[in-house]
Amino acid sequence: MENVIYMDHAATTPTDPEVLKAMEPWFDVQYGNPATLYSLGLLASQVVEESRSAVADVLGADPAEIYFTSGGTESNNWAIKGVADAHQKKGRHLITSTIEHHAILEPLEFLEKRGYEVTRVPVDGAGLVDPDAVRRAIRPDTILISIMHANNEVGTIEPIAEIGAVAREAGVLFHTDAVQSVAKIPVKVADLNVDILSLSAHKFYGPKGVGALYLAKRVRVTPLLHGGAQERRRRAGTLNVPGIVGLAKAIHKTADQMEAEAARESALRDRLWEGLRERIPHIYLNGHPTQRLPNALNFRVEGIEGEAMILCLDMNRVGVSSGSACTTGSLEPSHVLLAMGIAAEHAHGSIRMTLGRANTQEDIDYVIDTFPGIVARLREMSPVYNK
Amino acid sequence: MYSELVMEHFRNPRNMGVIEEADGVGEVGNPTCGDMMRITIKVKDDVLEDVKFQTLGCGAAVATSSMVTEMAKGKTLDEALEISNKGVAESLGGLPPNKMHCSNLAADGLHAAIEDYLEKQTAKA
Repeated sequence: MENVIYMDHAATTPTDPEVLKAMEPWFDVQYGNPATLYSLGLLASQVVEESRSAVADVLGADPAEIYFTSGGTESNNWAIKGVADAHQKKGRHLITSTIEHHAILEPLEFLEKRGYEVTRVPVDGAGLVDPDAVRRAIRPDTILISIMHANNEVGTIEPIAEIGAVAREAGVLFHTDAVQSVAKIPVKVADLNVDILSLSAHKFYGPKGVGALYLAKRVRVTPLLHGGAQERRRRAGTLNVPGIVGLAKAIHKTADQMEAEAARESALRDRLWEGLRERIPHIYLNGHPTQRLPNALNFRVEGIEGEAMILCLDMNRVGVSSGSACTTGSLEPSHVLLAMGIAAEHAHGSIRMTLGRANTQEDIDYVIDTFPGIVARLREMSPVYNK
Repeated sequence: MYSELVMEHFRNPRNMGVIEEADGVGEVGNPTCGDMMRITIKVKDDVLEDVKFQTLGCGAAVATSSMVTEMAKGKTLDEALEISNKGVAESLGGLPPNKMHCSNLAADGLHAAIEDYLEKQTAKA
């Protein structure tokens, strides 16, 4: 796969070579189990605690509030099911939004089948949740509010601090899925008024298969995984030491470079959008024009379908994603775009380009040069585009 | 995900376009589902002299459209009515399972165009 222009960083990122190097010795040289008491184990336990402090430092949390998991999906499942179980005596009502990741929506549906109730707060045309709508949804039996920090498809950044203030005022626990936002925009738990926060290493140049859950000290949760006494008895299982080392290294490095990289990527992203908009008629931005992740661009192309665009871009060595469900094997287009009021036929014709460290101005200009021809060809083929 | 033959038809679709003053037009699918296709045909002495397609949809939708035009061209109407969605997929070396249902409409589009032609003939008679 030489010379591929990768523009799908919301899906995953390449592991940073420095991160990979930091992880390596923990596989075969210092391979001890951190739960053991001899030197090899103690070394591993020490590096896990250093890693925990590094993650806590980036989030502005106490190290005792960081729990390592297998990634974003586990963190989200644990937050939802763990709080629901531990607080069921207070109530069985939870609040979320219509644009969450499936790793939030599916655990909530699981709970609904077991007698819990869920209110899904709608979003506006830009994908924003209204904190007042969250306030109105709160009931005496509400035990958790879970709203994502930044949306994975369109990049819209939610008013988490305001929603957190609403939750705090009502005395309800507040979780945010920050998988897309950590190390891309500032994420400090105190500023965001969150009690629980999910993150995943492979979204910020760390390895796949490792993540973390921030749990404020006062939060009671039932474990998702029962077994050994790891993670203060709250998350059983031998710790993924190389993964944890990689997560810590990646979050620190990416957060350190965040401001400069966000400025660079957003300038490239805006150049890309301007260039495409000048050359292609009838394309429209999906998501918030300004309150958006610096690397995210999602737009709809009238008269054509997403997968066809992806295949054509792939033939030109450009890797992107679409809002079309054809790629995921269901007939429904993206629930996020539909929730934003975008018609199904336009959701099918939507495409997501998410930039990252390796993208250069040459990459952007190549896509600006290549994509208009692809759109023109597919529109010529289309029975519904006659402009 | 797709066979090499599917990708070849997607890259170089056969008979793409619209026949002006077509003898029959068939439209199947709808944009809400993300797949829609229009087939136009030219008929002479009960034989499909020309078949063209326009398709909105994924790689499978485009490839099946292209394939059905190739299969139908030169065939009699009765022979063309024997072409099935399944047969089109088989001629392409198969499709991914999730595409068999949603994007495999090309033979339906061809049949709709032939039926449109036959109805016009009946109306004339």
